[in-house]
Amino acid sequence: MPRYAILVWGPSESRPHGGYGDEQTMRDTLAAIGAFNERLREAGSLVLVEGLAGAEASTVVDARGPDVLISDGPYVESKEGVNGLWVVDLADLDEALALATEASRLCDRPLEIRPVGRL
Amino acid sequence: MTVDADAAVTRTHREEWARVVAGLARRYGDLDLAEETAAEAFATAVERWPVDGVPPNSGAWITTTAHRKAIDRLRREARRDEKQQEALMLHDDSPPDPPGAVEDDRLRLVFTCCHPALSMEARVALTLRIVGGLTVREIAHAFLVQETTMGQRISRAKAKIKTAGIPYRVPRAEDLPARVAGVLAVLYLIFNEGYLASGAETDPIRRDLTGEAIRLTRLVRELLPEGSGERREATGLLALMLLTESRAAARVSSDGELVRLDEQDRGAWDRALIDEGTALVRELLGTPGREEGSPGRYALLAAINAVHVSAPHARDTEWEQIVALYAQLERVDPNPIVTLNKAIAVSEFDSPDVALAMVERLGDRLAGYHAFHATRAELLRRLGRSADARAAYDRAIELAGNTAEVAHLIRRRGQLAAPVPNLPNLPNGETS
Repeated sequence: MPRYAILVWGPSESRPHGGYGDEQTMRDTLAAIGAFNERLREAGSLVLVEGLAGAEASTVVDARGPDVLISDGPYVESKEGVNGLWVVDLADLDEALALATEASRLCDRPLEIRPVGRL
Repeated sequence: MTVDADAAVTRTHREEWARVVAGLARRYGDLDLAEETAAEAFATAVERWPVDGVPPNSGAWITTTAHRKAIDRLRREARRDEKQQEALMLHDDSPPDPPGAVEDDRLRLVFTCCHPALSMEARVALTLRIVGGLTVREIAHAFLVQETTMGQRISRAKAKIKTAGIPYRVPRAEDLPARVAGVLAVLYLIFNEGYLASGAETDPIRRDLTGEAIRLTRLVRELLPEGSGERREATGLLALMLLTESRAAARVSSDGELVRLDEQDRGAWDRALIDEGTALVRELLGTPGREEGSPGRYALLAAINAVHVSAPHARDTEWEQIVALYAQLERVDPNPIVTLNKAIAVSEFDSPDVALAMVERLGDRLAGYHAFHATRAELLRRLGRSADARAAYDRAIELAGNTAEVAHLIRRRGQLAAPVPNLPNLPNGETS
């Protein structure tokens, strides 16, 4: 069964109320996403769901050379970035599309579906 | 004998290719393998049939040969990889295709190739290769790209299907209308690329592409459930293609210039295509008291074409009906190009003034579209505004990509009254 990462795109830096405008909208959004996650968990398809802290909290480590370079992140400066993800086991891309359509509506963000690579 | 065998291979290829690939794809779950072994089976037929004679059931011969090649290949790969050996044994245990599933297989193939997760370019190329059976060289030629580029485009698309897990099945009911609309959009794009081919180096009309688009649309229509809204949409598209194609022979003059509808030799139109297309339009629009669904975009466009081709002479065209159909189309598919076309009908039915006012309102959205400037030019010329018309033709010529269309626009511009030089401003008073 293929595994997909569903990446949530939004503002890179953290914003007040999670970028949802006001406190109530944020709470409603989180509650709706919570219920959605519960359904995925019950269906047995949820592997992982996490939100990421803003890019201002990120740190870059590069140990490819002889010295370990540690610097303030993010690795690529951009207004928009990934600020959350689901990892789910599903039958095929059409299932992932159906799920992502619902999730995009719930969190009011564009989503990107990436198959989790077979490394 | 050889000629017969060659003709038999060509005919079998046209009739059976999609069915063979679809069956292989379902059996082995691998589009790449399906495409390659189907191609190998036809290559074998090219060698064997002139020598051995054409087999009585040529489709079955191709299917059997392709399956044998697929199994051979899997065995060869399996010897290199023990894990695949297990997979192969599972495959060998799989039951043979149930007889009724074959039609569905081709439909699955269409939905996979036209999946919205693929780029439009990839969908077009894959559909022509995998469903249509055109060679990579033919597709590359049709779209004026290098064969290697087209080969890569198709390989990348097939790799994405595999990696992203694009399914090989008919979409769920709630996705079906949108997915069928997506499939029809791919087919219409193929048709339009044939009908108004872009690029300075290409023939203005590519009958190979329009013919292929019509063939594939027939196939998709036949595969969709009878009486469904999706099938009606496909019927509308088929009718539109047939009625458009019916005029192809009259549409480009012997010296390669586009001939406008009102100047075309109506005797050169293909009556068989007109009859078939018109009958389909009647089926779609003519059933009184139909409750489910108003006619879709393609059906309305087909109906507009049907009105045009039913007029014995251009002056007999029922413009009122065409304006009404465009108004209906604007409600189904509100977009500035529809309004632009409605304006042309309005200029005939009402007046060029009214039409020009409609067209001018589209300027900010259609400024980069050659037909906007060409339409403006024609209306301005009818209103006697030659200088404005000339500027509009200039812009249309700059933007038009089709060779026959450019030739037509240049001639129309050339027929305008010569510009009156602004004498007092000429430095030495010369007027030439």
